[in-house]
Amino acid sequence: MRTRQGLRVAAAAVAGALALSACGGGGDSADDGPASLRMTVWSANEAHLKLLNEIADEYRKNHPDVSAITFDPLPFENYTTTLTTQIAGGNAPDLAWIFENSAPDFVASGALAPLDDTLKKTEGYQYEDLSPATLKLWQDGGKLYAYPFSTSPFGVFVNTDLLKKAGQKTPAELIAAGQWTWDAALAAAGATARATGKAGLVIRDFDYKGWDNLSTFWTGWGAQAWSEDGKSCGFAAPEMVDAMTTLHKAIFTDKALPGPGTTADFFAGDAAMTITQISRASLLKDDGFAWDLVPLPAGPKGPYAVVGQAGIGVLKKSPHAEQAADFLAFLTNPANSAKLAQFFPPPRQSQLTAETLAKTNPKLKPEQLQKVVIDGITSGVVKPNHAGQAELSQQVRAGLDPLWKPDADVKAVLDGLCAKIQPMLAK
Amino acid sequence: MSQTDIRVGGATAPPTPARARPYWTSRRRDHLAGYLFIAPQLIGSLVFVFLPLVLVVWYSLHEWNVLAGTFDFVGGENYAALADDPNLGSVLRATGLFSVGLVVLNLGLALLLAVLLNQKLRGTIVFRTLFFSPVVVSLVAWTIVWGFLLQDNGGVNGLLDTIGVDGPNWLRGEGTAMFSVIVVQVFKNVGLNMVLFLAALQGVPAELYEAAEVDGASRMRQFWRITVPLISPTILLTSIITVVGSLQVFAQIAVLTQGGPGTSTTVLVYYLYQQAFQFHHFGYGATLSIVLFGIVLALTVLQWQMRKRWVFHES
Repeated sequence: MRTRQGLRVAAAAVAGALALSACGGGGDSADDGPASLRMTVWSANEAHLKLLNEIADEYRKNHPDVSAITFDPLPFENYTTTLTTQIAGGNAPDLAWIFENSAPDFVASGALAPLDDTLKKTEGYQYEDLSPATLKLWQDGGKLYAYPFSTSPFGVFVNTDLLKKAGQKTPAELIAAGQWTWDAALAAAGATARATGKAGLVIRDFDYKGWDNLSTFWTGWGAQAWSEDGKSCGFAAPEMVDAMTTLHKAIFTDKALPGPGTTADFFAGDAAMTITQISRASLLKDDGFAWDLVPLPAGPKGPYAVVGQAGIGVLKKSPHAEQAADFLAFLTNPANSAKLAQFFPPPRQSQLTAETLAKTNPKLKPEQLQKVVIDGITSGVVKPNHAGQAELSQQVRAGLDPLWKPDADVKAVLDGLCAKIQPMLAK
Repeated sequence: MSQTDIRVGGATAPPTPARARPYWTSRRRDHLAGYLFIAPQLIGSLVFVFLPLVLVVWYSLHEWNVLAGTFDFVGGENYAALADDPNLGSVLRATGLFSVGLVVLNLGLALLLAVLLNQKLRGTIVFRTLFFSPVVVSLVAWTIVWGFLLQDNGGVNGLLDTIGVDGPNWLRGEGTAMFSVIVVQVFKNVGLNMVLFLAALQGVPAELYEAAEVDGASRMRQFWRITVPLISPTILLTSIITVVGSLQVFAQIAVLTQGGPGTSTTVLVYYLYQQAFQFHHFGYGATLSIVLFGIVLALTVLQWQMRKRWVFHES
């Protein structure tokens, strides 16, 4: 008798708890009032957010059905994980920036709403102006699932003060002499590090973990992480072994790059050169050191470019997906695209001219914009991306760890890495 | 029923006004008060402890793709996948290594500090405060600072350099990364166990030591024969807390090593976080958390059972 009563009490308690938990789960239902839109972004940069907020305020003036638009900066390092957690927790944003490395997962999963119709029907949008090459990563079955908001080529920012102090030629001088190669760049970086005690060359966001940033290096050797179809591992290929052998020597023998566990911030004046994207130009201080921006050095396979992409998608789960897509069309229309171009190179062909970009990039000279940005976008290879990239990326990081030791056997490590990830690629 | 019918000899007696029995008797009021007192805790436990536990078991029977929004029942497939997981062996090894290292170092150091700071010497209060202060510091802030100190060109190696020692790359070496994470965690929490041991030590009657001295027992013998048996309940408590805590380590790994180099510091909690939140295998992540729950439960029960062999009293 007592047991039965106890069971009734327990059942009532669980039912109550379920009812309580159900109370918080109503986020998916659309309400009738004005929509409040939230967009997750990876940048907390004040200048970026100020511009985004200005565009959002302008949009709201003519759209009373949208009461607020907030930009929610999530930490860069855990951006995709945090975004996924929010989606799992029923707190999906209405719009989200998406990195190129997670593009295949987001696009193919059906998590995003198709955008073609909304963008095409928006007055004055000029959809056909979008460069087809920049859209490729974000399309599936002929539909566009995210707008390639930023197609940002990697370039080399140079602290010319440090190089001159070390008695080294500047990259501009090397380019003029037709000698801007990886051999010359690494030699200058190593010599500057030895002469000044500062770091030579920093591949930003690599830090011996973010290995996909090394594609800015190995692409010069014609190497790639995996084949075009994503089925075969490319780490054990001779081009990759050559590239990684050069990199290993540069780190551990020539000290041209800071070693594992050592940090150096180029923008704080701690390094002679850094490889990063144009959007980082906002970190340069007006009263800081003299600097330059040049294209990536040529590798044994000649000149090349690598681009990183970020897209903006509308989450299908959003109760205000329609308004969110409409705001996205406004945010990326020709006028706003031109404003955003100062930080995020646009996919609009008409705006990819040195003259247009110079208007909104006061820190960059027209020739820098032409050589690094425009040429980079038209000829660049996108950073590695693959379905299930997070898991793959973790395996590659763990597989590459043995390489970051002075006595590493480069070929053996890369062979071992391919043995590890090939089954995942072949799936 | 507030009134009672009384039948006598088949005739119905006129209803006598029975004394109204109030529903809220003092007994019922006491019961209600008792339930109201425990209600906040009970509801909190149900919603935030038992419901998630039930849900985790439910999730472990499903394949949940967060991005696609699919939630398919797969039965025991996630449990069968444990046997085929090539990483699980190294993950369990790393978890065991971390736990053993942490428990031995933490309890050993806490007991040593407690014994030293239990002496009636000048400045002991300052040292007690000093060793306890990391306990109240934010875990992530503490770990980030240690992350800087343990860099190749960080403070620890700078200090070693001044005495002519070329320090290793603490967080990047397979041999040193786990050791570094353990030490960072020991320094963070040793103060808490130290305080518990101090309280226990101060409860040991002084006359026992006096009697032992009269009998000619050495300080070491006194420690093993008097101190340890009398503080054994506290040793049991701290060991259970430390073992359970060691199996739940996450922030230190996430901040300092992200499970590397290789998978040398990928402990079970970090691995299930990777599976669920980074690789989007929420069902398998839930299965791993059931495994973790089983391990914690088994170890706690084992320690509790073993107390009969070595805990002197349970007051």
